[in-house]
This record gives sequence, structure tokens and C-alpha cells, in this order.
Amino acid sequence: MSDNARNIDQIIAMCGREEAAAIPILQAIQHDYGFISKEQMKEVCSKTDIKENRLFGIATFYSQFKLTPSGENLIRICKGTACHVRGADNLIDVISEELGIGIGETTADNKFTLETVACLGCCSLAPAIMINNEVYGKLTADKLRGILNEF
Amino acid sequence: MNSKLPQSVLLKVGMGTCGIAAGARAIYDKLEEQVKNFQNIEIDYTSCNGFCHLEPLIETIIKGKTLLLANLSAEQIPFLLENLTNKKLLSSKVLVIEKDKKLKGQNRIVLENCGIINPDKLNDYLEKDGYVALKKVLNNISPEEVIENIKKSGLRGRGGAGFSTGIKWDLARKAQSEQKYVICNADEGDPGAFMDRAVMEGDPHRVIEGLIICGYAIGASKGYIYCRAEYPLAIMRLRKAIIDAKESNLLGENVLNSGFGFEIIIKEGAGAFVCGEETALIASVEGQRGMPRIKPPFPATKGLWEKPTNINNVETLANIPWIIRKGADSFSALGTEKSPGTKVFSLAGKIKNAGLIEIEMGVSLRDIIYGIGGGSSTNKEVKAVQLGGPSGGCIPAEMFDTLVDYESLMSTGAIVGSGGMVAVDEDTCMVDLAKYFLQFIQSESCGKCTFCRIGTKRMLEILTRMTEGKSNMEELNKLRALAQNIGVASLCALGKTAPNPVMTTLRYFESEYLEHINEKKCSTGVCKALVIYTIDEQKCIGCTKCAKNCPVDTISGSLKKPHYIHQEKCIKCGNCEKVCPVGAVSKL
Repeated sequence: MSDNARNIDQIIAMCGREEAAAIPILQAIQHDYGFISKEQMKEVCSKTDIKENRLFGIATFYSQFKLTPSGENLIRICKGTACHVRGADNLIDVISEELGIGIGETTADNKFTLETVACLGCCSLAPAIMINNEVYGKLTADKLRGILNEF
Repeated sequence: MNSKLPQSVLLKVGMGTCGIAAGARAIYDKLEEQVKNFQNIEIDYTSCNGFCHLEPLIETIIKGKTLLLANLSAEQIPFLLENLTNKKLLSSKVLVIEKDKKLKGQNRIVLENCGIINPDKLNDYLEKDGYVALKKVLNNISPEEVIENIKKSGLRGRGGAGFSTGIKWDLARKAQSEQKYVICNADEGDPGAFMDRAVMEGDPHRVIEGLIICGYAIGASKGYIYCRAEYPLAIMRLRKAIIDAKESNLLGENVLNSGFGFEIIIKEGAGAFVCGEETALIASVEGQRGMPRIKPPFPATKGLWEKPTNINNVETLANIPWIIRKGADSFSALGTEKSPGTKVFSLAGKIKNAGLIEIEMGVSLRDIIYGIGGGSSTNKEVKAVQLGGPSGGCIPAEMFDTLVDYESLMSTGAIVGSGGMVAVDEDTCMVDLAKYFLQFIQSESCGKCTFCRIGTKRMLEILTRMTEGKSNMEELNKLRALAQNIGVASLCALGKTAPNPVMTTLRYFESEYLEHINEKKCSTGVCKALVIYTIDEQKCIGCTKCAKNCPVDTISGSLKKPHYIHQEKCIKCGNCEKVCPVGAVSKL
């Protein structure tokens, strides 16, 4: 959760009450809280024109939205074509070995969550990963271990 | 220290997403800190100039000559500042490249300002004839004439389908409605493609200018830019550009006092590949699940909120100001008769000069891969090139004389697509690559059409069994049948083109499929289930390195004696092969 997280009323005031505001509202909650809880979704629906089934349908359709909290650091492995042919799968193996988690999992100490992303668009730096908002490119197993140790 | 140079020197740091990821921020910070000690040195930043493999880089312009100082580190900055003459730079140990030579073979229209101007400065764009086309259009050209012009230029949609932009605009123009919309499709979802990101990050005003002209031509007062959320820098620069354009009356209720009003709203995507499809994109802007709708009605008659809507991709719109400024004939003189103009491609994968290029249509793949791209980046030959992402296909090296235009590429089974070009070498398994794309499509299918939802899953299961050596010829036939049926029975382009990667690899690399099925072998060693690591007893010197580096302790043997891998526990990580100093470990 970010330090100045807005409450639901503030988010609705900013994004609007109509159906078209559903995605921006979810994006704002996700941005401020790191994930979207059922309670928050219910609150949104009670205060806007958006139906609960609609909002839940949207939240589960788009891969950006998370319904469970992530660890302190979010590792996203790029699964783009260039990264794939340059060995992105090996990077997943390295992380699994080092941190003991698979894709979609969080470490027991809540320090890392591992996810994949379709493409970061940094194909010339393949294989690449993103940790929080920072992109790391041209990775090798050793380089990746070094980066993980910095956290 | 207070050195003085005979004339002022401008240093520009390339700060696109890829440049920043390669370390451009540290370079810029160091420059900013050090430059105070010098007079006559100015620093600025620009965005991606397409030379991604050279990043982080600084561009210097001294006595009219532009040099690229490449693959820099912050430690080199003090040295550079002390040696800012062309002669000294060219003879230094820093990797220095003359920009003109680097651009050989390219013709930049869409990218003409990328990597040259500061994308956050409206003035930079104005100095490069920015918004001249908009002024021209608003002062002297009727909407119908604008559309005629675009039709005459022969511009075709750069998002993949290649439909005539002028005809598309005309349909939206003729639709009767008080409210119409234009949308810029910036949901560049194809893995391996980053052309639109580079244009938005490097020259955001150009996209905005194209969109305003489009709005004027079809009679829309509102435009949306639907950009994927994975591009935060592009969104940030577009936002800044929109604010600056508003302040200069280039956007707003009365654009340049012409009486024409236009506003632009940015919509962030939420991570769904299918939203690159225009009707799914419309659903997403409306705040719904991004699921495609049946066409007709086409968006030109019934689009966003059921109003006439024109959707163009970023690169298409970025061509518009140039066409208006230079004339339709100048544009149609470029490229081929049926595919005029240029096309931006992102080169990636196993290629030396990975980056962004813009070529005239009609250049051969060979000229791109070996000429501009410099060939393979590994010690293996380039085996094929994958074009157009999950909707595209693989073209084998034997066919590299194929020309890059809509029709020629279509005849190979691939497509121009949005412009992602990924080179693969002999270490790439084509069955695995087909499986990779199927995996992508399968997880991105919106689930509306049965064939796309379930058919791609069945295809993926068959391909997975192939890569594990558990498949047979009957399944190969099933794979072909499924591929054909999914293509026919899906509503939108995602499903219709989903089988393309499988179809093209089957067409050109059938032997690899047969090897996986009949011999249970993957000669590239990519399909781990089919690989067996063994140690040659004659070569092994018993150094114990492999045993020490084995994560599952499945290698036995004592010091100075030959070692042995127990297959039942082996996870095929390949560590033993990597650490062996004498090359005694090999893959079977």
C-alpha cells in the first residue's frame, strides 16, 4: 500500500461513477493498494452504477489486476519472443532455485512474488526481467543471482 | 578545472525505455554533475534512435558531424568531456560510430525525429516542421480533400491487416452522426514488437498531430489513445505532450482559432492481448471485458458507444503529418506499387544489430537480416525469422529473398503484422517456438469462440506431448485439422490467425516435428524432456566440477576418475555441460 493511498470515495470522485469508469477505478485501487480486495469491489459497486458481477468480471479478465497481495518486490519475467529464444525459461529456473517459488507464488518471508509478463518491449536487451519498475536486461544466470542478492 | 572548447558541443543521451534499462539514467546524472566544470557543453536527452544494441549511448554533434558514443558506462564520462573533438573521439577506446553510416539502407519517415528531438519539448517538434501539416489542413484543406489525399498516398494500416487508411477514413466520414470518435490503437501487444513504443516515447506530438488531423477529416471532436499499461514512459510523455499542445492551442475547443474543436483522452490498457483487436479495444474503452464483437456493423458505422469510430494504429497516424506536408505523391513514390511508403520493424532475437529500423517497402528480408541487422549474434547461422508475432509466421533462411510488402509476405504464410521481426538461429527448436506462441494465444484467448478457447488448448496439449516425446503421427494430423478449423471458426483476428505459427513451422520445418514424433529427439537440445546429458569417460579428467555444480547431486565419481550422470534424478539443467573444462559432457 502506498503511503498516500486514496480511499474509495476519493477514487470514485476522480474516475467517475459510470460503467466506463470501472477499469480506471480498478487501476487506481491496484496502484494505491497493490491489489484489489473483494470488500473494496463491493464498496465501489455500492457507490457507483457498476454492478458487482460486472466489476468482478472485469477484474478477473485483465491480467493487470491482482486479487491477492504480492510480496514486497514483484519480479516479472518477460516471456516475449526474443526473451524466449534467448533463454527466459532458464531465468525462471534460476529464480525457482534461488527463492524456492514458482510463477504466481510468493516467498514465505513475503519478500518476492514471481510473475511473467507477455512482453516488456525491451527485446534488444533479451532476456529481460522487471523488478518493481526497473528493467534489467541481457541477463545470465549469474547476473540474475547477483541482482537478487541486492534485495 | 575550467576547460573551454572552441565551439559549443551538444551531447544528447538516448533515454527511451530500453536506453534507461541499459543504464542511460546514470550516464545522464554523471554528465549533469560533471558538465558544470566545462563551458560550451550543453546536455539534453532524446529517446530511442533505434540502435538498441549500442545502448546506453550519447550522440555528439561537432562541426556538423554526428557521432554515436556507444555502450557507455558512467565512469567514461570524465574522459569523454575532456576529449570532445571528432578526431580524439574516433581514436579513443570508446566505441564510436558515425551515425550516417549506421543508417545505411534505411529511410526514415515515421522515425525522422526519433532519437533526434527531446520528446518532452514541444519546441523541438515545432522546429522540425511539427504541426505544419495541422495548420495546412485547418487553413486550406477540406476534410474530403484530406481523405482524398490519404487515399491517393496509398497508405495502408500499419497495425497488421493492411487495409487502406483513406477508405477507412472515408467510411467514417460518410457515417451520419452528431458524435464521432477517433482512436489511436497503442496496445502494441505482439511479443517481440516495440515500434509503437519507440514512436510514442520518441515523438509523441507526431502521433497527436496525426490523430487531430484524422479527427478533422472524419468529423470527430474526441480522440482516445489506448495505450498498454506496460509502457509507463510512453504514457507519461504522451500526457506531457497533450498538456503542452493544449497550452499552445493545438488541442482544445478552438484549435488554432479555426473553429474546429478536438480533445484527446489517454486510456490505459489493463493487460489483455485481445484488446489490440479493434472491437475488443472499443469494449475495453467502454469499461467492459475486452471481448470482440461481430462485424458488421464495422466501427466506422457503429463503434465506441455505438457511434461512428475510426481506429488507426500508432505508426499509421505517425505517417499522416508527413504525407500532408510532403504530398501524397512523395509518399506513393516510396516502396512498391501496392505497398507504398516505409515500414518500421523491430529487430530482435539472435541478431547482431538488434533495434528499430525503418525501411522502404519492397526491400528483401536478406537485406534486413544481413545488411542492416548484421546477421547472427551467435556462432550459429540464422535459421528463420519470425514475423508478426502470434498472428504471424516463420520464414526459413532459404526464402530470405522474399520482399517485405503485404502481398509477398502473405504468400509465405507470414504477415507484415505490426512489425516485430525476431531472428532465430540453429539453437532454436521450431516445435518449441510453435508451442511458445500457442501458449501465449491460449492464455490470451478471451474465451468467446469455442474453437479458439478449446481448440488452441487441444493444440497446445499435442505440442506439449511432442516436445516430451509422447506424441504420434495421428496427433500430427489432428494438429493440422485443428489449425484449419480454428482459423475458419473464430470470430476475430486473434483466433483466425492463432494457427499461423504452427502452420508455417509445419510447412517449412516439418522434419523437426517428425524428429520429435518418430525419433523422440530434439537436436537443438531445447526440449529438455528429450535431452540426455552424458559424460565421455575418455575425455573426463575427474576434476569434480560437474558433480559440485549439479543442483540435484546426481553425478558420481571421485577425484581424477571418470564421472557418471545418474539419469533418473537429472533435471537437465545443463550446468555440467557449462562448467566442464574439457568438453566431456554432451547432449544426446
